[in-house]
Amino acid sequence: MDARRGSEPTTMKNRTTVERKSEREVVATRTFNGPARIVFEAWTKPDLFRRWWVPRSMGMSLRSCEMDVRVGGKYRLEFEPDGMAFFGTYLEVTPHSRLVWTNDEGGEGGPVTTVTFEEKGGKTLLVVHELHSSKEALDAAGTGAADAMVETFAQLDELLLALDASVGQS
Amino acid sequence: MVQYASSRLDASFSALSDITRRGVLEQLGRSDASITDLANKFHMTLTGMKKHVGVLEQAGLITTEKVGRVRTCKLGLSRLDKEAAWIERYRQLWDARFDELDNVVEELKRKEKVDGRKKRE
Repeated sequence: MDARRGSEPTTMKNRTTVERKSEREVVATRTFNGPARIVFEAWTKPDLFRRWWVPRSMGMSLRSCEMDVRVGGKYRLEFEPDGMAFFGTYLEVTPHSRLVWTNDEGGEGGPVTTVTFEEKGGKTLLVVHELHSSKEALDAAGTGAADAMVETFAQLDELLLALDASVGQS
Repeated sequence: MVQYASSRLDASFSALSDITRRGVLEQLGRSDASITDLANKFHMTLTGMKKHVGVLEQAGLITTEKVGRVRTCKLGLSRLDKEAAWIERYRQLWDARFDELDNVVEELKRKEKVDGRKKRE
């Protein structure tokens, strides 16, 4: 696991860390080179939010992004082309320091996301915390091991095909 | 991660370089099997099959679990490897998002500077 540290680029880019704090919690952190009020703005204005929430490498894009950022306000993200939607309610909104929302697309008992913004010397430490209803729910979360396994086996399939081809030739 | 992945890939390649081990993978793709089953199927001694299974397990291609006196083999990553893969997946997603967020933050900072200058003028 530690090996990846050596492969981080040595540019200005700050490190993203991820840790499973407990069976039901996962935490991602990163420091941004800007004040909390700016980072907070990028999380709460739909026009800004949609520019980074779906990175190009995901191979998807957002069709729509609606956010009513106040306690009890709703948000809704819809993906292209299949219209898959993510939605929920803001439980806490503290300008420049804290956001909490529910993730209701999976029905009741969905995960709760807490984002905190901590400014220090013009930089902002961002902490994204997800609390799931059970270990199983966290294991199965969107970016889960299942995808990694599919990829591993796709790679294995390719290897086996390549080996078969080379055996066939000799 | 790159080092981790490439040493794992080396192990996978050398594990797959043997025809019996490829056969074992194919067999386990159909159903889980004990080492004894596999030894019988491939007309090998138990010790010989144990060696092959060990190589496949080292390469992360299969896992084995001992229940009572029988060691069962199945395709796939171990629990620890799965957990590491899960974390890495999750990290990659957020890392990609945060890279883009970096750009947005830089842009907002520049804008604020320009706006501030305009106000002073």
